[in-house]
Amino acid sequence: MRALVWHGKKDIRCDTVPDPRIEDPRDAIVKVSSCAICGSDLHLYDGFMMGMERGDILGHECMGEVVEVGPGVDGKLEVGERVVIPFTIACGECEQCQRGHFSVCERSNRNQDIAKKALGHTTAGLFGYTHLTGGYAGGQAEYVRVPFADTTHVKVPSNLSDEQLLFLSDILPTGWQAAVQYDIQPTDTVAIWGAGPVGQMAIRSAILLGAKQVVAIDCVPERLAMAKAGGATTIDFMADSVIERLNELTSGRGPEKCIDAVGMESHVGHTLDTIYDRAKQAVFAETGRPHVLREMFYACRPAGICSVPGVYGGLVDKLPFGLAMNKGLTIRTGQTDVNRWTADLLQRIEEGQIDPTFVITHTVPLGEGPAMYRTFRDKEDGCVKVVLKPSLH
Amino acid sequence: MDYQQKLNRQASAHRLARGMGWFSIALGLVELACARPLARAIGMRGEEPLLRFYGVREIATGIGVLAARDPAPWIWGRVAGDALDIGTLATRLEGSRTANTALALGAVLGATAADVAVARQLAGARHLSKPMVRDDSGRSGFPKPPEQMRGAARGFRPPRDMLRPEDRPPTIH
Ligand SMILES: NC(=O)c1ccc[n+]([C@@H]2O[C@H](COP(=O)([O-])OP(=O)(O)OC[C@H]3O[C@@H](n4cnc5c(N)ncnc54)[C@H](O)[C@@H]3O)[C@@H](O)[C@H]2O)c1
Ligand SMILES: [Zn+2]
Ligand SMILES: [Zn+2]
Repeated sequence: MRALVWHGKKDIRCDTVPDPRIEDPRDAIVKVSSCAICGSDLHLYDGFMMGMERGDILGHECMGEVVEVGPGVDGKLEVGERVVIPFTIACGECEQCQRGHFSVCERSNRNQDIAKKALGHTTAGLFGYTHLTGGYAGGQAEYVRVPFADTTHVKVPSNLSDEQLLFLSDILPTGWQAAVQYDIQPTDTVAIWGAGPVGQMAIRSAILLGAKQVVAIDCVPERLAMAKAGGATTIDFMADSVIERLNELTSGRGPEKCIDAVGMESHVGHTLDTIYDRAKQAVFAETGRPHVLREMFYACRPAGICSVPGVYGGLVDKLPFGLAMNKGLTIRTGQTDVNRWTADLLQRIEEGQIDPTFVITHTVPLGEGPAMYRTFRDKEDGCVKVVLKPSLH
Repeated sequence: MDYQQKLNRQASAHRLARGMGWFSIALGLVELACARPLARAIGMRGEEPLLRFYGVREIATGIGVLAARDPAPWIWGRVAGDALDIGTLATRLEGSRTANTALALGAVLGATAADVAVARQLAGARHLSKPMVRDDSGRSGFPKPPEQMRGAARGFRPPRDMLRPEDRPPTIH
């Protein structure tokens, strides 16, 4: 089959590789009809996440049709069914899964020993995302093997398009969890750093959950326009002072709720700390550029909540934790517990409350994937979200 | 700022970067060819191999800056290299040729400031060079204007573990 394969930093190719096979009784094989490129994939492309190996198949946002099931799937999934695959692999039985903390499933990471050494305790297995999280082949491919398939799937109806459903795999629940996990009140101002796909979903979620005011911060004109279309007030951080504007918009009090939907690859150059971070990264003295965390701790209203869906890899420097402590901030973060939200979100899509297709700007054959990684990273051609179609040539 | 102005700004940032590239190569050649007298002059006698190594580094980053389509990462490389130079010189400030070492340190600090300025310009120019290619103002994702969708999901109760302590319903043990 064809698949997008990681060959090293900034080197992704569409290769022919062996088809996946059932390896465990609870596996299923899914024929991928649509998959997408995520901001998290960019951290692999740019070489900022440790633990990738040459030959790894990328991709963690995909959907398609079940073509084979292992004997252990036990009737919970059948050949021919249409499914979206959550990017977090969940066994459904361990103590964490029982509590809904699927992203830290205690059993789905088959490289637990490495994860325990690196992180202290294991987190869940993820598709196409480093050997620290299991080294599972990803879904930017014609077929994908789904481990723990009896619990790691979302069955979807046939009357909705792939485009309407695909983002249940990651960015829609991610934006939703980012907003849900700080319990929005009707008096709240929510500030969202990053108007990429995750930020866009977080904006819509915050509006639906009833925030009084949603403020989106970015510098890419198309993304700011899209944020505005979803009901946000926007700040271009290249043109304006973020802190001043946030204070203006909140009568000097600061936003009650803040979301970092940027993560470790914050833009470089507009402030001195980002230049410092880039120089440290160049000599491997730091893995992420935490400008947004610094700004967020500073901007947030005391006793407010900071939610961090943005991905960080390892060490960040000069984090003003004293601000967070003395202001009594609550910090909530994590990979998304996808299955925890999908049933509810699917219903909202079916009812027409939200139509996630708004975020798609590019739909291309799988073979054009490598070029699209670059376009997406550089935000060229107004790119916000790329959908790849393995069936197109 | 219109598009033409943005393009001009980008071009001037690239010109500055090229300047830094040639400067890098020239400095590297001096460090390589005149390591002995240079070492004596700045109080690093006996450390000629280190100076030559720094020379090679300068030349490599210089070529990188000149050859790359996007010089920005190489300019960052120069900033990191400057940091090394500063560290090396700072530890020699107690030696026999303190005044000369201090002079060299001043020169490196100047170069660092220039590097940082060029790198910032490049970053700014990269952003500014993008005109809006598409009008996304119709992409709301909602069936009605956002104002009418505000609070449509207000009935949703976050799971208990995601509520703040003061919002959690009391439990009976
Ligand atoms: N927690 C999860 O489960 C989860 C899931 C998906 C994605 N993510 C992470 O969320 C983040 C965003 O993902 P995405 O797909 O939207 O990626 P993206 O790269 O398209 O979006 C990031 C946006 O942040 C903007 N940005 C950069 N620096 C900024 C700054 N200083 N202030 C404000 N905005 C800035 C960029 O212009 C860009 O539009 C990534 O770190 C990704 O890894 C996390
Ligand atoms: Zn993702
Ligand atoms: Zn589990």
